[in-house]
Amino acid sequence: MARTIIDKIWDDHVVTEEKGTALLYIDRHLVHEVTSPQAFEGLRMAGRKVRRPELTFAVPDHNVPTTDRSLGISDPVSALQVDTLDRNAREFGVTHFSMNDHRQGIVHVIAPEQGITLPGQTIVCGDSHTATHGAFGSLAFGIGTSEVEHVLATQTLPQSRPRTMEVRIEGRAPQGITPKDLILAVIGQIGAAGGTGYVIEFTGEAVRALSMEGRMTLCNMAIEAGARAGLVAPDSITFDYIKGRPYAPKGELWEKAVDFWKSLPSDPQATYDRTVTVDISSLAPQVTWGTNPGQVAGIDGRVPDPESFSDPVVRDSARKALAYMDLVPGTPIAEIPVTRIFIGSCTNGRIEDLRAAAKVVKGRKVASGVSAMVVPGSGLVRAQAEEEGLHTVFIEAGLEWREPGCSMCLGMNPDQLAPFERCASTSNRNFEGRQGKNGRTHLVSPEMAAAAAVTGHFADHRTLSGS
Amino acid sequence: MDAFVTLDALVAPLDRANVDTDAIIPKQFLKTIRRTGLGVALFYDWRYKDAPSDGRTEGLTADPSFVLNDPRYAGAKILLARENFGCGSSREHAPWALLDYGFRAIIAPSFADIFYNNCFKNGILPVVLLPDQIERLFSEVAGTPGTRLLIDLSAQTVVLSSKETFPFTVDPVRKTHLLEGLDEIGLAEKKAPLIDAYEKNRRERAPWLTPAV
Repeated sequence: MARTIIDKIWDDHVVTEEKGTALLYIDRHLVHEVTSPQAFEGLRMAGRKVRRPELTFAVPDHNVPTTDRSLGISDPVSALQVDTLDRNAREFGVTHFSMNDHRQGIVHVIAPEQGITLPGQTIVCGDSHTATHGAFGSLAFGIGTSEVEHVLATQTLPQSRPRTMEVRIEGRAPQGITPKDLILAVIGQIGAAGGTGYVIEFTGEAVRALSMEGRMTLCNMAIEAGARAGLVAPDSITFDYIKGRPYAPKGELWEKAVDFWKSLPSDPQATYDRTVTVDISSLAPQVTWGTNPGQVAGIDGRVPDPESFSDPVVRDSARKALAYMDLVPGTPIAEIPVTRIFIGSCTNGRIEDLRAAAKVVKGRKVASGVSAMVVPGSGLVRAQAEEEGLHTVFIEAGLEWREPGCSMCLGMNPDQLAPFERCASTSNRNFEGRQGKNGRTHLVSPEMAAAAAVTGHFADHRTLSGS
Repeated sequence: MDAFVTLDALVAPLDRANVDTDAIIPKQFLKTIRRTGLGVALFYDWRYKDAPSDGRTEGLTADPSFVLNDPRYAGAKILLARENFGCGSSREHAPWALLDYGFRAIIAPSFADIFYNNCFKNGILPVVLLPDQIERLFSEVAGTPGTRLLIDLSAQTVVLSSKETFPFTVDPVRKTHLLEGLDEIGLAEKKAPLIDAYEKNRRERAPWLTPAV
């Protein structure tokens, strides 16, 4: 029977099945400091060990400062959480990239970078943006802390088979349209709960044309459409990215692996529980105006009138969102001013993102009254950017160049919005208070965040005047 | 985990869609290394006037406009919510905070997947009802102070005071675990021979999965 890549990976990982619930084997378990302490404590209390420490990789990313690391973590509660991860990793024998390791960074940036993420795997992490790893053609999803403990102890998870959804991206992306615009358009179309209960496979020529960085941006935000996982079938772009990375297979094993990975793509006759097509041939750069990522418009659009929505729940959400965001219906998106810029996160903190942002700000200056920061996704991204001189471009334009981490995507460290500040952010969530209490977040691509930095308002990065 | 069998309790309504886990419990409370004591921080930014960003919970003033601060809902153990409840971050701190506050069941037209899973791991029952049933409950709660519901997990029903009954579905395995308050890790450990066999087979079939370093 013809199967999708989702079915193939699923079938390959079922240890046993009972009444529709499978015990699913987990190939890679990624761990960070926020969602793991209670899980390790649970093991300790029950006298359990980590079943497969060599498949478990830990890194602190949410609490780490993005300023001078040699000063340590000033908040004692954050420091305790990071120290706890350090201690747990040592006690249970788990591979650990500590805060001062040059490879440290956001867990979803460093696992692909290290070759830990491979096609056809099941990958979990106590973090909803685990969906990122689906870019490699793996089934990767976020879990809660009780499930983290379950995986640590047994290397398995009880799971029911997800429904499958094909999101077919149709048309060629207009020039200057980024992976972030694609995924925001998808969420805008299917809604913030449109993927609930599904695993999404992204298909279409525009998806095939994306780099691995772009595919990671796309899959990263599958969770913002409600899907626990999103994935892209692996191809030569995937294999080229993985080859030679530290934890990736080598030599004869590499050849065997590639042979297997080539069998993963969905069979031509395979069917999905649901198929959605999203036409991007006339897409404009996207900017969110509300407090969920589905509340989004093109840069050439306007803030919508909540009364224009027929569904009462959607209408009420839009009303509440505009009140929180302090926006007036009908305002052109390009006339919304911003004072803060955040370029980074597991969505857009990779080298291509930094190159794209640098290209826009090069030779320009951050607008007066605007404060902008660039936070690389990992130590290796930061080093690569510095080798290419991108940091100089940012610093000369007036942006701050920071150490790697999750930073202002969620502001668990000191990087936060002040109340009522308005931010153009390359992160993934525009929820109320996400970047700081009463902070107002607009989600955009790195190019659009850079354009907002130099103009002080949203602007189409493709038509910026002067440089 | 405490078992969940039946619950006869007061209902509190939270009339907004897409309530995300950042709203249920904001970031400053995720720095804890414990599971307990988070009830005081539930819906922190909505619940307190001028809630500070430092995570302080003493000496705050309740915001009377937030529904859970309405005395008529004091002691509610059932939360009535709107679509896509619990979306966003995977933080299990959200069900921990709901449980610590006193909620044992949440009724909504839909839930986000990870949150839904996390509820079961903590003895909270998430109940999905049809949109018109949800509307009915919202108007019932608004119109009748002290509205209680009886949730019976064995029978898979929500029973109104009028004896009108709304059936709901729940995964049979999860139902058993919740009814009996079972330790899932202990159950999986009993399947260790199957896991051992799977691993052995897989090492032969896919040797490249052993990390190179």
